[in-house]
Amino acid sequence: MAQSHVAPLATPLAERHAALGARMVEFAGWLMPLQYTGILEEHRAVRARAGLFDLSHMGELFVEGQEAAAGLGSALTSDPSTLKVGRAQYSMICFPEGGILDDLIVYRLGDERFLVVANASNAAAVSDALAERLAGRRAVLDDRSLATGLVALQGPRSAAILGPLVDVALDDLRYYAIVEGHVAGRPALVARTGYTGEDGFEMFVDLAATGTVWDAVLDAGKAEGVVPVGLGARDTLRLEAGMPLYGNELGPDTTPFEAGLGRVVSLAKEGEFVGRAALERAQADGPRKKLVGLTIRGRGIARHGYKVFAGDRRTGTVTSGTLSPTLGEAIAMAYVAPSEAEPGTILAVGIRDQRVEAEVVPLPFYRRPA
Amino acid sequence: MVPQDLRYTKEHEWVRLEGEIATIGITDYAAEQLGDIVFVELPEIGRTVSQFATIGVIESVKAVSDLFAPVGGEVVESNAELSGAPELLNSDPFGKGWMLRIEVADAGQLDGLLDAAAYEALTAEA
Repeated sequence: MAQSHVAPLATPLAERHAALGARMVEFAGWLMPLQYTGILEEHRAVRARAGLFDLSHMGELFVEGQEAAAGLGSALTSDPSTLKVGRAQYSMICFPEGGILDDLIVYRLGDERFLVVANASNAAAVSDALAERLAGRRAVLDDRSLATGLVALQGPRSAAILGPLVDVALDDLRYYAIVEGHVAGRPALVARTGYTGEDGFEMFVDLAATGTVWDAVLDAGKAEGVVPVGLGARDTLRLEAGMPLYGNELGPDTTPFEAGLGRVVSLAKEGEFVGRAALERAQADGPRKKLVGLTIRGRGIARHGYKVFAGDRRTGTVTSGTLSPTLGEAIAMAYVAPSEAEPGTILAVGIRDQRVEAEVVPLPFYRRPA
Repeated sequence: MVPQDLRYTKEHEWVRLEGEIATIGITDYAAEQLGDIVFVELPEIGRTVSQFATIGVIESVKAVSDLFAPVGGEVVESNAELSGAPELLNSDPFGKGWMLRIEVADAGQLDGLLDAAAYEALTAEA
């Protein structure tokens, strides 16, 4: 029997993307803008000024109740009970075997109210897993992914552009903090988080308000040269910033420790959490592989899936790679044997029939100016 | 409108024959489809290539695309500027973005390629 293709979901901004001449692509079951004017131009705009992203495909899961903090603590690797109201933490949800189900940001909206933001590709799986893991707890899961729009403004000019449009003091909003207010008169959660390595804001609104917020920010940013930015530049920006992508650097066969993200695992927190035993063992045993940054010293671009060699010996695989628009050289992230993971180690990447020299470098490749 | 005096392939390459030397590049349509081109790999001088063989690579930010020989022969020249400025393929694909020159073994191979009208019809349908 023929497999039928389920039509992708459209965000509320679909017509606007079309009007802006976006090249659309299917991603995680959604029709999303890959690029508008071009990936390089959009990438550079974010680094120099600011760019506007439609991220309405992401998952937004609200958890509320007396045991919200404790329940999330037993479902995730991190300890949300340590969060002050209005603060956020990067986290992961793991399988019992210790592999990664998704990476997340957890925002504390109140003593008993949290927002968990999941990747679009895992939103349904995270929702199901949280529902299962919160069973029996005094906590209610409200999956509002399909009722929530998300627009992100990222870049050094973000605060200057957004300030006049919001009724909250952005100067008082720290990195990894969130506040409830209004953007362009519409109720919104405004978070100072992002996936680009620049200053920026992610604005969560009711679906019906997404267009209003997008229009207002794009309009306010016109004089500053704000451009719409697609998933193509989103990927090159996060890679320069050394941020992992689920499906590339993170997945069910990888522990947070191997990805260099042991900080999201709070083994010291009280009580059981899914994956605890496996992660304690993993920490004791040491990693089977390590995530490193590579700068390609020879001629060529390393890409996802390309093999990595130490001398003649295969030592690992490239997880993500591109030509870095900011640095002007080819960069990549790869898993290699722990013995090859020291910065300065010279390795080689198999690019077609050549072995191209690469050097292990510390992450991130790019840090925004202080 | 593409240059009327060139021949074209279904893989969106163009060929200009002058005597026995064919200059080869990709069309503006191809460059547009690829997006920002960031890397080009061309065959080495002296290599003999067959018509339609894979002879190099054009990489955009997100993807790797094969380059095919529209005609067979010996590679006699390649555009050294593309190494440092691959974006020439986007900005001037029919001019400064020329890629390589082949001394053709059989000029008759060009007769089998598309003329400008046929190429325009091909891209209009796409």
